[in-house]
Amino acid sequence: MDHEFADQVGSVAGVEAALPRPHVERPWSLMYLLDNERFLAVVLLAPALLLLGAFIAYPFVMGIWLSLSDTSVGNLGHFVGLQNFVRAWDDSIFRTAFKNTFIYTFWATLFKLALGMWLAVLLNRHFRANRIIRAVVLLPFIVPTVLSTFAWKWMFDPTFSVLNWLLFRVGIIADKLPFLSNGTWAMGCAIVVNIWRGMPFYAISFLAGLQTINPDLHEAASLDGANGWQRFWYLTWPLLKPLTVVVVVFSIIQTFSDFQLIYVLTGGGPANSTHLLATYAYQVGVAAGLLGQGAAISLFMFPVLFIVVWIQLRYVRRLEGV
Amino acid sequence: MGNSARDKSLLSKMDRRTFIKVSGAVGVVAAAGGIEGILLSRTPPAYAQGVRLHWVRWVDFIPEADVELKRQATEASIDLGANVQLETINGNDIQARITSAIQSGSGADIFMMMYNWPQLYQNALVDMSDIANAVVKDQGDFYGIYRPSMDINGKWMAMPHSIVGNAIAYRKSWFKEVGFTQFPKTFDELHKATIALKKKGRPYGQTLGHTFGDAPTWTYPLTWAYGGAETDPAGKKVVLASKGTRDAVSFMRAFYKDSCDEGGLAWDDTDNNRAFHAGQICGTLNGASIYIVAKRQKDKIRDDNGNPMYLDIDHALLPAGPAGEQQLYLSMSHAVMKYSKNQKLAKDFILWLHKKENFRRWLVVSDGYNVGANTAWENDPMWQTIDEPLKLFRTAARTTRIFGYAGPSTAKATEVFSKYIITDMYAKAVQGMNPEDAVRWAETQLKGIYEA
Repeated sequence: MDHEFADQVGSVAGVEAALPRPHVERPWSLMYLLDNERFLAVVLLAPALLLLGAFIAYPFVMGIWLSLSDTSVGNLGHFVGLQNFVRAWDDSIFRTAFKNTFIYTFWATLFKLALGMWLAVLLNRHFRANRIIRAVVLLPFIVPTVLSTFAWKWMFDPTFSVLNWLLFRVGIIADKLPFLSNGTWAMGCAIVVNIWRGMPFYAISFLAGLQTINPDLHEAASLDGANGWQRFWYLTWPLLKPLTVVVVVFSIIQTFSDFQLIYVLTGGGPANSTHLLATYAYQVGVAAGLLGQGAAISLFMFPVLFIVVWIQLRYVRRLEGV
Repeated sequence: MGNSARDKSLLSKMDRRTFIKVSGAVGVVAAAGGIEGILLSRTPPAYAQGVRLHWVRWVDFIPEADVELKRQATEASIDLGANVQLETINGNDIQARITSAIQSGSGADIFMMMYNWPQLYQNALVDMSDIANAVVKDQGDFYGIYRPSMDINGKWMAMPHSIVGNAIAYRKSWFKEVGFTQFPKTFDELHKATIALKKKGRPYGQTLGHTFGDAPTWTYPLTWAYGGAETDPAGKKVVLASKGTRDAVSFMRAFYKDSCDEGGLAWDDTDNNRAFHAGQICGTLNGASIYIVAKRQKDKIRDDNGNPMYLDIDHALLPAGPAGEQQLYLSMSHAVMKYSKNQKLAKDFILWLHKKENFRRWLVVSDGYNVGANTAWENDPMWQTIDEPLKLFRTAARTTRIFGYAGPSTAKATEVFSKYIITDMYAKAVQGMNPEDAVRWAETQLKGIYEA
């Protein structure tokens, strides 16, 4: 009976929908325009599109144009094709900066991931004042990079390093360690500072992930005889994997294009041994005024970051598919 | 009542009719005598109140010099009827500020320039010939270093302002202890003296870092002193890979290992000052600021015996190499930017700064650290009363060279400087690269710039 009634209602409604609507003159008003879904969509999207256009698309297109021109400070450039890219590749300082960027990103990301996960597991335990400690852990991430890097610079100071002083007083070293005055050491110091600054981002992200894992799973695993490492490897890690991919990708993007830390800590020295693509692009484009060449150097970052983002999107899509 | 206060009171009493008369008179003077007329009349033109003039300079190593300039900016604001604002920033950041200002077409009206930077930014700068020539007429010729640095096609693209003479500040008693009652006259002698000093835990301090002052003022003259040069006299062919440059780099490699504080590879322009004042180094190439600050803070900066350290400091010019004694100093100038809406005001202000009485006040406060751009300032009475260790700076600017030698000091020479290539050539060798390879690396870099 109910079905019959419903069918009748449906058929009536279907007839009404099929009949031509009587033409009613409506006043031209904003409400009328907003009734139009296409117009409304454009209105709602416009601010975001404007912002994206002004702050992302325009600088990006401008960067591409500059990289294909011989623009220098105060001089409008001419199109020179890929000349700036070829020139950059022939430049040994560029190749050093290119290699450094990969080394810096690889080691910093690896340690941030490992230490961030370890810290998150520790913070996930119940202990007194855990909320305060969780907030304190975020400090390196909150403090402006320039300020915190200056503090590190003083600690690594070639003449007045507090670390050297401490190690000397304790009797571990007899001579000063060349923290920033040796190329390899300076790169190591830069990676350490990056890890210190970036680890809280990992830790807090992983902590949020850990708190979504049902404690019953851990309890069940414990009852089955799994030890701490096995619970982490077979339970926690697989459940955190999707989050880890997102966190690592964001971190790689930030680390690969890092500028402030190197600029303040070493300025790219000694003898270019700590230059990254971003700092060398700045030196060539802004300090030396060769904007075309500087833009070309910075655009070398684009394909690498594009691949990283592409992998991330592919992974996220696969998860959505599941 | 001081001049400024009187002017202010006059301005506040001035009605429209009086204003037209005064500005008309200034206009007549300006038309008749131009800039020189204004200089002679000592009546600066008045601008509408509220017009803002933004002026960017480095943070001076003599803090009192900046205090004096800020005071003068206030005084000039009253005299010119405008609002002159001085902003001081780290010297290493000035080029970045200039580039972004030029590209965005907005920013400071006046920038301080160093060395030959006007060559690099020439298309964005206003011709300053009128005021430069007026100051030359009033105060005599500029030092020879200025014309190749900022004269482009017969036009002064910046107004020469002052020179910071770099000399080696050293501890007299320490050098005496190792047998040098006078400072070494050659690089080889300096090497010998500082080997002995380093053995006593008193190394020599020299930066080879990415910094604008103390690194290039050592590395360029060292290259020249051994007979090296960036290019041929035409500036077309790179000639860096010569015996002279290789000898200079070999010397530096040995000198750094035997004599220097090896932390210097990471120093900026302030680190050697701090190391010297802390009694960590026996000597370092620097402006007069080490001595002046030590004297002004004599209660804080003391030697091992508790005596004021400044009493044990003297200065010496860079020693000679096989090709003689060479110097590179920080030659400063002021440039007015083409995008500025206040170009006339900016020029009037710079002219105001260069009025003898104003410039002299700043020079006296600088105590020998800053030297006037005009040779005539060598004869100023202040040099009679200045401390003996500072008197060397009076004539120091006479013989300085500029980047690009032996060719002209073009924008390409500025590019080489901005990329720290000459300094890095030495830094690479000091870090272990074979001197031949370090010179070859620098030669390749220079060819990519000069011969491209």
